[in-house]
Amino acid sequence: MVTMMLDVVDVDVRFNERAVIDGLSLHVDEGEVVAILGPSGAGKSTLLRVIAGLMRPDSGVVALDGVDITDRPAHLRNIGMMFQDEQLFPHLDVAANIAFGPRMRRWPSAAITDRVDELLTIVGLSGFGSRHVDRLSGGEKKRVALARSLAPRPAVLLLDEPLTGLDRELHDRLITELADVLRLTATTAVLVTHDGDEAAALATRVLQWSDLH
Amino acid sequence: MDDHRAALNRPQGWFVAVLAGAPVLFISALYAWPVATLLWTTLRTGTSDTSPFTNVAAIAWFTAWQAATSTVLTLVVGMLPTYVLARYSFRGRRALMAATTVPFVLPTVVVGAAFLALLPESWHGTAQAMIVAHVFFNLAVVVRLVGSMIAVIPHDLVGAARTLGASPARAARLVMMPLLRPALWSSAVVIFLFSFTSFGVAKLLGGPTHPTLEVEIARRATQLGDVSGAAALSALQLGLLGAVIVWSMRRQRRAALELQGATARRRPRGRRERLLVGMVGGAVGLFVGAPIFALVSRSFKVGTGWSLSAWTQLGRTEVRPGAGLGVDPVGSIAASLRFAVVAALIATAIGFLAATAISISPRLGKLLDASLMLPLGTSAVTIGLGMLITFDTPPFDWRAQWWLVPLGHALVAVPFVVRAMLGVLRAIPRDLRAAAATLGATPIRTWWQVDARALRRPLLAGAGFSAAISLGEFGATTILTRSGTETLPIAIGRLLGRAGGLPRAQAFAMATILLVVTTAIVMASGTQERLGPHGHDDA
Repeated sequence: MVTMMLDVVDVDVRFNERAVIDGLSLHVDEGEVVAILGPSGAGKSTLLRVIAGLMRPDSGVVALDGVDITDRPAHLRNIGMMFQDEQLFPHLDVAANIAFGPRMRRWPSAAITDRVDELLTIVGLSGFGSRHVDRLSGGEKKRVALARSLAPRPAVLLLDEPLTGLDRELHDRLITELADVLRLTATTAVLVTHDGDEAAALATRVLQWSDLH
Repeated sequence: MDDHRAALNRPQGWFVAVLAGAPVLFISALYAWPVATLLWTTLRTGTSDTSPFTNVAAIAWFTAWQAATSTVLTLVVGMLPTYVLARYSFRGRRALMAATTVPFVLPTVVVGAAFLALLPESWHGTAQAMIVAHVFFNLAVVVRLVGSMIAVIPHDLVGAARTLGASPARAARLVMMPLLRPALWSSAVVIFLFSFTSFGVAKLLGGPTHPTLEVEIARRATQLGDVSGAAALSALQLGLLGAVIVWSMRRQRRAALELQGATARRRPRGRRERLLVGMVGGAVGLFVGAPIFALVSRSFKVGTGWSLSAWTQLGRTEVRPGAGLGVDPVGSIAASLRFAVVAALIATAIGFLAATAISISPRLGKLLDASLMLPLGTSAVTIGLGMLITFDTPPFDWRAQWWLVPLGHALVAVPFVVRAMLGVLRAIPRDLRAAAATLGATPIRTWWQVDARALRRPLLAGAGFSAAISLGEFGATTILTRSGTETLPIAIGRLLGRAGGLPRAQAFAMATILLVVTTAIVMASGTQERLGPHGHDDA
C-alpha cells in the first residue's frame, strides 16, 4: 500500500474576515485512522476541503510524507474524500461511479474492471454494478461513495460524517463494516464526526476539535 | 387525490364554462381558423405558381443555416456569463443579470436598428450582422435556462471528481457537461426556433440580399401581392418548425436527471476568480451596451455632424415642402400607443378569464392552456398572414378594420398573461379557500375574495407586458397594417429603408423612443424577472 503520512501545520481559513480555522495543526501517521470530534458547524468540513485541495487556506501548510503540497491542485494530490452527502455522479451507474478515479489515472481497462469488482465485494454490493445511483437506498449510497473514494488507492482518505443520516440499525451495522474496510485496506484516514461512538468505533486515535488549535 | 373532494367547494361547471367561453372563441377565431384557412389555401391552389423551387430551397437552407449558426454562437458566447452568474455572488450581479435580460424584451426593430447603428456600412445586409444580433437577442435564453441548471449542481459534485483525479477541464467535461446537456439542448431548440422565425432582425440586418423564409413570406404578401405563394411558404415553414419541435421532444424524452436543492452562490475567492468575474461582467456590459449606445448617439448625428434635428423635426411629415416623407413619426407613435392600450385590455381580459378557468378545472384547463400557447410556436408573419386571408370575405371582411392589428397583438400576448396569473393562482394555499368556505362564503364569493384579489399584481404585470409586446410587434403588423395607421415599428422600418442622413437619424430617434418606453413598461410592471417566456420555469 502506498499510504502516507499527513501533516497540517498552522492552517488559517477566514470567510469574510471571520476565522473558521485559526492556527490548526495536525499530524497523522501512516496507516493511522484519526477521528476529529466536534460540534456541527465548527469548521471540520472546511479542514477536510483544505487537505483535499478543494479550498486554499489563507495561511499554513499541508504536507504528504514531508512534501509541501499546499499549492498542488486537488487532482494531483491523490487524496480521496467521502462526502457527507455522497455526491455520487447522477449520470453514471454504480460501476462507472467507482471506476471514475481509476479512469482519471488512466488505468488499463481490465485493471479497472477488476478493481470495481473487488470494491463491490468489499462493500457488500456484488452485482450492483449496473444499478442507477438514484435507485439505491441511503445505506447503499454510502457504500458506493466509500468504494468510489477507495478505488484509485488514495494515499490518504478523508471521511466527512460518513454515517450521518442513516437509521440506527443501519448505522451500527455500517460502522463495523467501515472499520473492517479501513483496516483491510490499511488506509491513512482522517474522519470528522460529531458522534463520539462513531469516532471510538472507527478510529485508532480520537482528537477533540477544540484541542487542535 | 383529494381533488374531487375539494371540488365540493369549487365553483360549479357552468361558471367555468362561462369563464372559458371567451378565451375559446378568441383562440378559435383568431388562431385555429386562420391557420386552417392558410393550410387549406395551400392545399387547394398548390405551390405550382410560386417561383422556381430551387429559389425556395435556397432560402429555406439559408434560414436553417443562419439559425443553426446563431444557436451555436449564442451557446458558446453565453457559457461563461451563465456560469459566472449562476455560481458567484458579487456586487453588480443583479445589474449584470438585467443586462443579459434586457435585449430579450427589446422589440426586434430596436435590436435591428441598434446593430445598423453600431456596425459599419459594409456589414449591413449580411448574414454576419443578422447572426450577431441573434446572439445579442438570445443571450438571455442561455443565461436563464442553463443557469438555473448550473445553480443546482452542487460544488461538491465537481469537488468529488477533482479528488478522484479529474483536472478542472476534465471535471467540467465529464461531470458538468452531461448534467447540463438537457438544459443546453432545450435552450438550443428555443434559440433555433427564435432565430429561424426572427423577422425584424432578419429583415433589417439581412436586407433584401439575404432573405429568410419569414422575410420572403412577408415580401410576397405585401410587396408582390402573391398571397397564395406566401401562404405556401408559410405552410412549408409551419411544417419545418413542427418537425424540429417533434424531433427535439423525441430526443428529450430520455429522463432528465434529478438534482435537488439550490446551491448557495458564493463570493469569488482568490485573484483568478475575481478576475474572471470582472472580465465577464465587463465583456457582457460592452456587448449589450455598445449597440444601445450606438443607437442613441446616432439619433443625434445627421450626416457627419452632431445635430438635434432628427428630434426637433419628428413632427414633420415632409422632407422638404411638397416632398412627403411617406411616414408620419408622431402619428405612428399615437397609433402604437392606441393599439398598445387596446391590445393590453383585450389580452388581460382574455388571459384573466382563461387563467381562472384553467385553475378551477385542471383537466379541461390543460387543453385550454396548451391551445393558448400555440401562437407562441407560430411565426408572427404566419399569424398575420392567416388573419389576412381569413378575414377578407363578407361577412368577415375586416381587413380595413383598425382593430385587427391590436387583436393580433393580443393573440401573441395572452400566453404571457396566462403564465403570470397561473403562477400566482397555483401559489394560493388551498386552506385559504377552505377557510373562506368554512366562514360561510359561497364558492363564487370565495373565488372573488381569495383568487381575484391575489390576481391584482399579475394582472397589472400582464397588462404591462402585453402593452410592451404590442408596441414592439413587427411581423404580424407588417402583414396587417393599413396606410394611415402605421405603428412605430413599421415607421422605423420604412425610415431605415430610406437613403439620406436625416430619415436615418429620425429612425434611430424613434427606435430610441421605443427602446425607452418598452424598457420602462417592462421594468415598471416588474415582469422582466418573472415573465419572460422562460422566466417561470427557472425556479
